[in-house]
Amino acid sequence: MTLLRHTPVEIKERKALSINPAKTCQPVGAMYAALGIHGCLPHSHGSQGCCAYHRSALTKHYKEPVSAATSSFTEGASVFGGQANLLQAINNIFTVYEPDVIAVHTTCLSETIGDDVPQITDKARQEGKIPEGKFVVSASTPSYVGSHVTGFANMVMGTLKGFSEKTGKKNGKVNIIPGFVEPSDMEELKRMSTVMGVQTILFPDTSGVLNGPLTGEYKMFPDGGTTVPELRSTGDSIGTLALGEWASAEGAKYLDSTHKVPCKILDLPIGLKATDRFVDALRMITGRHVPDLIAHERGQLVDLISDMHQYFYHKKVALVGDPDQVIALTEFLTSIDMCPVHIVTGTPGKKFEARIKEITKDSPFPVNVKALGDMFLLHQWIKNDPVDLLIGNTYCKYIARDEDIPLIRHGFPIIDRVGHQYFPTVGYKGGLRLLEKILDALLTRIDRDAPEDCFELTY
Amino acid sequence: MSTIAKKKKAVKMDPTDIVQDLLKKYPTKVARKRAKQIMVNEAEGATTPEMGANVRTIPGIITMRGCTYAGCKGVILGPTRDIVNITHGPIGCGFYSWLTRRNQTHTETDAEENFMTYAFSTDMNENDIVFGGEKKLKQAIQEAYELFNPKAIAVFSTCPVGLIGDDVHAVSKEMKEKLGINIFGFSCEGYKGVSQSAGHHIANNQIFKHVVGTEGAVKVGEFKINLLGEYNIGGDGFEIDRILDACGITVVSTFSGNSTYEQFATAHNADLNTVMCHRSINYVAEMMETKYGIPWIKVNFIGAEATAKSLRKIAQYFDSPKLTERVEAVIAAEMPDVKAVMDDVRSRTEGKTAMLFVGGSRAHHYQELFNEIGMRTISAGYEFAHRDDYEGRHVIPEIKIDADSRNIEELEVEACTENYNPRKTEEELKKLEEAGFKFKDYAGMIPDMPNKSLVIDDLNQYEAEKLIEIMKPDIFCAGIKEKYSVQKLGIPLKQLHNYDIGGPYAGFKGAINFFRDIDRMVNSKVWSYMKAPWQEKPELSATYVWE
Repeated sequence: MTLLRHTPVEIKERKALSINPAKTCQPVGAMYAALGIHGCLPHSHGSQGCCAYHRSALTKHYKEPVSAATSSFTEGASVFGGQANLLQAINNIFTVYEPDVIAVHTTCLSETIGDDVPQITDKARQEGKIPEGKFVVSASTPSYVGSHVTGFANMVMGTLKGFSEKTGKKNGKVNIIPGFVEPSDMEELKRMSTVMGVQTILFPDTSGVLNGPLTGEYKMFPDGGTTVPELRSTGDSIGTLALGEWASAEGAKYLDSTHKVPCKILDLPIGLKATDRFVDALRMITGRHVPDLIAHERGQLVDLISDMHQYFYHKKVALVGDPDQVIALTEFLTSIDMCPVHIVTGTPGKKFEARIKEITKDSPFPVNVKALGDMFLLHQWIKNDPVDLLIGNTYCKYIARDEDIPLIRHGFPIIDRVGHQYFPTVGYKGGLRLLEKILDALLTRIDRDAPEDCFELTY
Repeated sequence: MSTIAKKKKAVKMDPTDIVQDLLKKYPTKVARKRAKQIMVNEAEGATTPEMGANVRTIPGIITMRGCTYAGCKGVILGPTRDIVNITHGPIGCGFYSWLTRRNQTHTETDAEENFMTYAFSTDMNENDIVFGGEKKLKQAIQEAYELFNPKAIAVFSTCPVGLIGDDVHAVSKEMKEKLGINIFGFSCEGYKGVSQSAGHHIANNQIFKHVVGTEGAVKVGEFKINLLGEYNIGGDGFEIDRILDACGITVVSTFSGNSTYEQFATAHNADLNTVMCHRSINYVAEMMETKYGIPWIKVNFIGAEATAKSLRKIAQYFDSPKLTERVEAVIAAEMPDVKAVMDDVRSRTEGKTAMLFVGGSRAHHYQELFNEIGMRTISAGYEFAHRDDYEGRHVIPEIKIDADSRNIEELEVEACTENYNPRKTEEELKKLEEAGFKFKDYAGMIPDMPNKSLVIDDLNQYEAEKLIEIMKPDIFCAGIKEKYSVQKLGIPLKQLHNYDIGGPYAGFKGAINFFRDIDRMVNSKVWSYMKAPWQEKPELSATYVWE
């Protein structure tokens, strides 16, 4: 039986009704970013439903504990302001849970009523509710603007605003804002930097936080996360690499304009060319040679592309996800002669469509692209012009089943598979993993559909 | 804050000392508030302790609770397949309630409507907040109507809607007149009340006002009942339907697992309301009795014995030898399989202990299943239940509605001039009551719990960890947010909201599934792998390496 049986082939323009969104709201991105600070408890300044939903979403994605507190607005607070709630929360959190940092984000509720969080945290400080050596940082994350990616960017910015300092003495390090990527991706970016001999401050860094071990011990504040001294030191770095314009550019520009730390905005290093640009940027900033190991990994990726090219060539792909991810994926797929033909992000931003059109301008097929699109539209496009492969989050499995298309899970949230916590998709190594997944999906399909007389042993 | 769960058994501690231990780290005010929500059960004593419940959440405490929108759209209306549910708000609320509760749905063919796989939202943006979202909502309803041609459209308000003054009811009424299908709104803004509970009440009111009783009878059959407060998580409702069907009992409507609009609209044609989840649906049960004269009884289909007991209660109500005979035959046919698994599993679970902290109903019901395999509940509580769910409905007259919940509407209901029809005469009711039958009664969780067990309302992260450290249960039951922090301590956590994608757990087959799952969880080898060999035997023998 068809799961999305009410989705018609005929496409009518919708002005008001969003169906099956390809985005969610700001605060979950802010919560994720805050979990990338060592010793930090994210705090949601709104009614408690948001916090419960956001924790659940992240927990299902990572199969890991996700702690966060909430101001638990009642109707009274919603009318008269949430100051008393936040002050109580700060006091209770530091007394009971003892984090080093509380990172406060807002919701559509506190934003609509106009609560001034920095003013409230100042008051908490004056009233002695923030213990010595502890910190409260904040970001404004109205759910009715942008998406979860915007929320991530805003919390990165809020944290840097709260911590970064310029002492005048350079630390010799490169700041990397990794974008809204997995802990495994952050780990891989650190590994590549280490191999390059580059000292970095990676923020946020959820590796070791959202992919931790089972040892019989529960640490509400795991060993991972960017530390407060590191965050402070970001103002003394020699430069910042912002990976992914939507998620990371704002924070990097802030460090540039406030502390004169020059920044370079790059695509997420997914695939060959974007990884080349990332490695080259690290080389240029630090003046270091690219070591053989990195060149070796790159060569392995090129080798795989050449070995299996016949299975990639001119295969049509539908892609849905966050803009930074989707742009990088589109470039990667195009670079191996695959053809992304339907491309959607739920996150608004005019640049997205222009960028995708630029990357796919030589495509042999017509290309549909929409920012602020949804999965209902994507599904309709697929019905009108079928594809060989679908790449997107778990919700795509409904389309994949109805249309019988192989699916590769990528992005947020992936709540029905594991792997994204542990294995990166960034860098050359991540490229190998992505291609392995693509090949596995395509070849499994060939094996499934092949008549018995041409069922092949070798590919 | 970190604790290590040791494999040794819990230290015997007086429950009153445990309570003091839980409270001692709190700021004074917080400790005072929490003290009212943490009770040592005196079930075997003369009086039930008064439970602090349904009060506001303490900011910053890391509660398990959600909001009114979740209780209304997510819980009550979400499972109905043929209503287009539009969330009026920014995208998050609609996104997070999109397929995230496991309300299973079955249709015979693709011709039947099923909108469960869709998330509809007005996706409010900054302009809508500033200039109001009514126009966009109207347009969204129009587009939904043109695209899907549904029987009904429901509109759910989220936090900012109430604040900016969008009138979802006026918009719904206008569009209902324009399009000629039933369209109704819910003022279930997330900040209303103190938890999901307010959302249940709001959903009950609006469904009762706008849908129940609007269509004539459609179901033919004997012994017609409604199953209230059963949401078909993991197929629970399917299993209950299977059993009821085998007994020859006709289910007119289920509120609201695997339900349709028509079921709600014709629900007033049943002769008995059976209530599973008391918290979420007792309002509809009460209102249907007043308006249509349908009595209600509490039932419980969680646990094989409980299922048998509930079936006998229904048979007793209808007072038909034919029905009684069939019910006994069904129980006799089903029980041997249950018993076989029960006995097998019990040999590995007897004497083990459980803790249950779940929504507003299951923390009670599932104790029955644990009892059946010899496991003891040492602590339990709800996220958002009220005093009557803890202490029994007799305390309702004493409950004071506080300032935080006062604005939740209470409907004034009167007997329906056309359709009021008392199902039993006064004498019949009296006779049943004399035989021990209890109408509109729920005794609550506390009387069923062991003496000196701990009852805790709105448990938080800190208390959960502390409780585990002190009492070392063999299994902890809660939800997804709690699951992995508890398991990091080496204690298996059974999710009793989504069943860890297992189920059904209701009825006879459900009991078998549950026993097997609990056996697997408490006896899994994985809990013995937490320490590496070099951590268990840290002494290093230098020569060993070279041998």
